Amino acid sequence: MNPEKPPAELGVPPLEIHDLTVAYRNKPVLWGVDLVAPAGQLIGIVGPNGAGKSTLIKACMGLLPCASGWVNAFGKPLSQSLGRVGYVPQRESVDWDFPVSVMDVVLMGRYGKIGLFKRPGAEDRRIARECLEQVQMLPFADRQISNLSGGQQQRVFLARALAQESDLYFMDEPFTGVDAATEAAIIALLQGLRSRGKTILVVHHDLPTARTYFDWLLLLNMRVVAFGPTDQVFTSELLQKTYGGRLTVLSEVAEAVGAKAR
Amino acid sequence: MTLIPEFQAQRVFVEPWTTELGSHGLMALVTFLVGATCGLIGNFLILRRMALVGDAISHSVLPGIAVAFLITGSRGVGAMVLGAVVAAWVTHGLIEVISRHSRLKQDAAIGIAFSTLFALGVVLIAVFADKVDLDQDCVLNGELPMIPLEPAVRWGGWVLGPPPVLRLGVILMASIALVAAFYKELMLSSFDPGLARCLGVRVGMIHHGLMFWLSLTVVASFEAVGAILVIALLILPGATASLLTDRMWPRLVWSTVHAALSAVSGMHLAVALDCSPAGATVVAGAGWFVMAWLFSPTEGMIPRRWRRRSAAIDSRPRSSEFGQNA
Repeated sequence: MNPEKPPAELGVPPLEIHDLTVAYRNKPVLWGVDLVAPAGQLIGIVGPNGAGKSTLIKACMGLLPCASGWVNAFGKPLSQSLGRVGYVPQRESVDWDFPVSVMDVVLMGRYGKIGLFKRPGAEDRRIARECLEQVQMLPFADRQISNLSGGQQQRVFLARALAQESDLYFMDEPFTGVDAATEAAIIALLQGLRSRGKTILVVHHDLPTARTYFDWLLLLNMRVVAFGPTDQVFTSELLQKTYGGRLTVLSEVAEAVGAKAR
Repeated sequence: MTLIPEFQAQRVFVEPWTTELGSHGLMALVTFLVGATCGLIGNFLILRRMALVGDAISHSVLPGIAVAFLITGSRGVGAMVLGAVVAAWVTHGLIEVISRHSRLKQDAAIGIAFSTLFALGVVLIAVFADKVDLDQDCVLNGELPMIPLEPAVRWGGWVLGPPPVLRLGVILMASIALVAAFYKELMLSSFDPGLARCLGVRVGMIHHGLMFWLSLTVVASFEAVGAILVIALLILPGATASLLTDRMWPRLVWSTVHAALSAVSGMHLAVALDCSPAGATVVAGAGWFVMAWLFSPTEGMIPRRWRRRSAAIDSRPRSSEFGQNA
């Protein structure tokens, strides 16, 4: 949206996580996560159920307390760089019967830039309309959100994230419960963002597509198993290490790795 | 002797607006002010699935003001508000502690917290009955019929009305101003607390602010109209409005309309049946809720059933509806 704006300062990583440990009721779910995310990459976070993928994102956004460690965005603690960080929660995390229109939801993405006591202005509406256009949801702007299909809801969330005009995005399972057309539209959009220098971290649970969608992969199973460019990390050895001995997943992995070899 | 007093149209429908305007009309005005204020907050409580928290706080206000009275010895508004706000905090804390440190879920925790605190208040008042100028009947049903007897406040040459009316009027105005000022933060933190926090909205502050305002409203209202009416008016206007429209601003307007209809019809009902105006207002409000439930054009049971039947007859595919469902 703002091509002239420099996406990230040279040398300062968009996201740096150091020794992050998160616990639910004294039970650790994430152990000593250490990573520096490269700028301008589409990064997939994959791992088995309960690996702590969503937890990692929520902890990064400051939505969960960290038992130890810290998270920096653009060289500053997250609380000081909130204006540059966008968040797409899981679609099921909100009440879709809420009495707002599609437009209202997208405008919520602008609230961080509007300030107290003010209402969204003409400029905010213009940006929101543009974002809706990008996800092909403009014709639905005045609809109440409960009248949308799952894929449409996800697009609205995406438009809201676009309206935030951030440089670093966290997305929690944006492909869950959406149809193939929406999935393709979303991935094209994310690639567009990436090519404008934005850094995007996406929680994803489908291994075969993970390999084609993402530039970098974070293999996670309570700890970081591997983090690097997809072609270096997407190996059967590392994936087995991530998923343990689960047969169904392993065959899926073998298939996916085999497809890569061909 | 008949159970229901004989119906006299003149007495029930005309006199409250003419000769009895100063008493019955004023009572309707008070219940409207309470209903409009509580309805405004109630809309947000319903959105945040906190309707029962309002219920709990309305109950726990009783021990709060009893203790405040015992400590300060005054029935001043300041002491009562303070006591109620502290009690609201205690209730809220209790609910959190019980639901977090036991197997019980939030609904059970709410049930335990508010019934215990309410009982505590009843016991306190009974034990210190000679020292506390409060009685349980007044707490439940309020002093609605007494309000017109209070000396009116005068300002310059103007007669402004009895103190409760002024107080409730001020609170209603302040509530409208607060909702207008924090509308977007209230909406965002209710819809998606995660995103709200990421955008720098102080979600905790909004929550505690709402709780504080709720306590204040409950205290100011319940002194005038009693706990039953406050609890009902925290839920009924918002619930009715939510059946009539799926947008927030219209909901706020409809809940105010519901408060007005309930106040007026409740007053007429109370006159007709010669019963407690608070109880009659709740019954009337519930009646309007049922009307909305049955006949609301969008959500009503009857229009929906009727639509389903006509849809079954006319089952042609509506291509325009589904064309873009990609």
